[in-house]
Amino acid sequence: MTRVAIVDDHGLFRAGVRAELEGHVDLVGEAASVDEAVALVAAQRPDVVLLDVHMPDGGGVAVIQRAAGAAPETLFLALSASDAAEDVIATIRAGARGYVTKNIATDELLEAIDRVRGGDAVFSPRLAGFVLDAFAGPAPASGGAADTDLDQLTAREREVLRHIARGYLYKEIALRLGISAKTVEAHVSAVLRKLQLSNRHELSRWAAERRLD
Amino acid sequence: MIGADMAATGTASPPREPLRRDREHKYIAGVCSGLGRHLGVDPLVVRIAFVAAAAAGGIGLLLYAAVWVLIPADDAGAAPAPEQRTRRGRAAIEVALGVGLLTLSVLLTMRALGLWFSDAIVWTVALLAAGGGLLWRQSLRPTPAEVSPPAPTVGLPEPPPAPEELRRERNRVLSRNGIGIALVIGAGVFFLYATGSLSAARDAVLAALVVAVVLGIIFAPWVVRLMRSRDAEREERIRSQARAEMGAHLHDSVLQTLALVQKRADDPRAVAALARTQERELRAWLAGREGGHDRLAAALESLAGEIERAHGVPVEVVVVGDRELDSRSEALVAAAREAMVNAAKFGGGSTVDVYAEAGDGELQVFVRDRGPGFDPAAVPGDRRGVRESIVGRMSRHGGRATIHSAPGAGTEVELTLPQTP
Repeated sequence: MTRVAIVDDHGLFRAGVRAELEGHVDLVGEAASVDEAVALVAAQRPDVVLLDVHMPDGGGVAVIQRAAGAAPETLFLALSASDAAEDVIATIRAGARGYVTKNIATDELLEAIDRVRGGDAVFSPRLAGFVLDAFAGPAPASGGAADTDLDQLTAREREVLRHIARGYLYKEIALRLGISAKTVEAHVSAVLRKLQLSNRHELSRWAAERRLD
Repeated sequence: MIGADMAATGTASPPREPLRRDREHKYIAGVCSGLGRHLGVDPLVVRIAFVAAAAAGGIGLLLYAAVWVLIPADDAGAAPAPEQRTRRGRAAIEVALGVGLLTLSVLLTMRALGLWFSDAIVWTVALLAAGGGLLWRQSLRPTPAEVSPPAPTVGLPEPPPAPEELRRERNRVLSRNGIGIALVIGAGVFFLYATGSLSAARDAVLAALVVAVVLGIIFAPWVVRLMRSRDAEREERIRSQARAEMGAHLHDSVLQTLALVQKRADDPRAVAALARTQERELRAWLAGREGGHDRLAAALESLAGEIERAHGVPVEVVVVGDRELDSRSEALVAAAREAMVNAAKFGGGSTVDVYAEAGDGELQVFVRDRGPGFDPAAVPGDRRGVRESIVGRMSRHGGRATIHSAPGAGTEVELTLPQTP
């Protein structure tokens, strides 16, 4: 079973998630603050951390930055009440492998945990919309060809994201586009990589706008 | 105002400019650059001519002073742009210097012509002119608070200057006034000194000074405290206004909903619907896209809220590339509304996903449910009318609607509206 840790400063919410996930995953611990989370990740090395974005002392971004060194195999899935672009993008760029909002249904959350555990990225429809928005204009002029690749989505990646934004599941997308589900996952992972590494100013602006609280 | 000036001082100016002092490109009062602009010659030529005329017996100076007094400045009464205030501040001191030097030169010219007053008069008048010029200029100019925003034709009113900016401006005004007062006092002292009545005046001044210092020491802390508390009061007022506004909003929305949730605690469906509606509303408020349905995203969001309330089905909206609505895209939104209502009614209670994209050439909206779906070739009779209202409406406005559905695979309505019909 996937070893999962829950990080959230609201006890009531942690209890709710725990009740949802019990029996489906191996819950290895909970943390209510950034410091606790860093210690928990270092001690337990969970497979997947469900990470709240808004917490005192830097929030989810700080947890990823401080804990990633101690447990390089641990993957982070942001689970947040906020769906503001600056929160979503900042957390993904800090290294989270996916972003879902707290009103997600239990089975979808379990599927998202499995997908992150399997090394894939998890894009909610809204996150897909943000990415399409951010990569909408022409790529900014830059020096190397490698940079330009990072700053642009391929037509296929765009098509996959559009389907995610329209509410399609990966296997449905694969069916519609006539490709395998693995290929869809590869496209999404490639987009995640671009999202984390691109220097497009929309992304850096969103990341910078986020107030740490 | 800046735009107008830049246009007026452009390199070529075929229609002759009205004769105005050009304060944008001035050294002293903009006389030379204004003249140059009017005559269509380089201001430098005019400046050299003036200097030459000044050297040749002071005529240039007299002329300069005459033009300064007689010709109005080009931006009289207009509000200075923030970056110009600094320049004006410095300019005020230059003006004082200019007035003083001009007066001095006039007097010296008169001496050269054989008309002589005593030193006491000459220096006193020169200092008085400089200080007076500074003070008068200062008091005749509108203070930052009185400066009215530019004419409404410009568009949005100029944002009020930041408190920091205001404070600096106030300090500048104070320091300028200080210099002016010092110059005038200097003139008085010099006159007294030159006429030999300084010692008598000194006693009187000393007495007055002692009284002033004593009063100052007594009242200074009180005055300072008064000013500080006034500032603190203002800040507190701004803070409490913001808090009141947020409080009012929370009262109208969140607290209201929480009360309703408690009342209907036995009906999980109603509670979920209430919570969702409130969530949508609060998110819109936090994102600052409340009210005003003249944009695509706001219009779709408000439709989603309406349909959620009416049918108790969650509706998720994702919009890429928001844009203003015109009559054609309003038709698209209306068609999307029909599709959303349909999906909520026949989607078997599944989430309705709405995705809109405003691309370069076209506007697209997808409305999708995960309901039982149907065979589009065998449309049930009760759905034909609704379908017509979607497809028909789109084609009337130069767009198209496609319905993808199969039994068991949900339904997706695709609406496409090209930018030009």
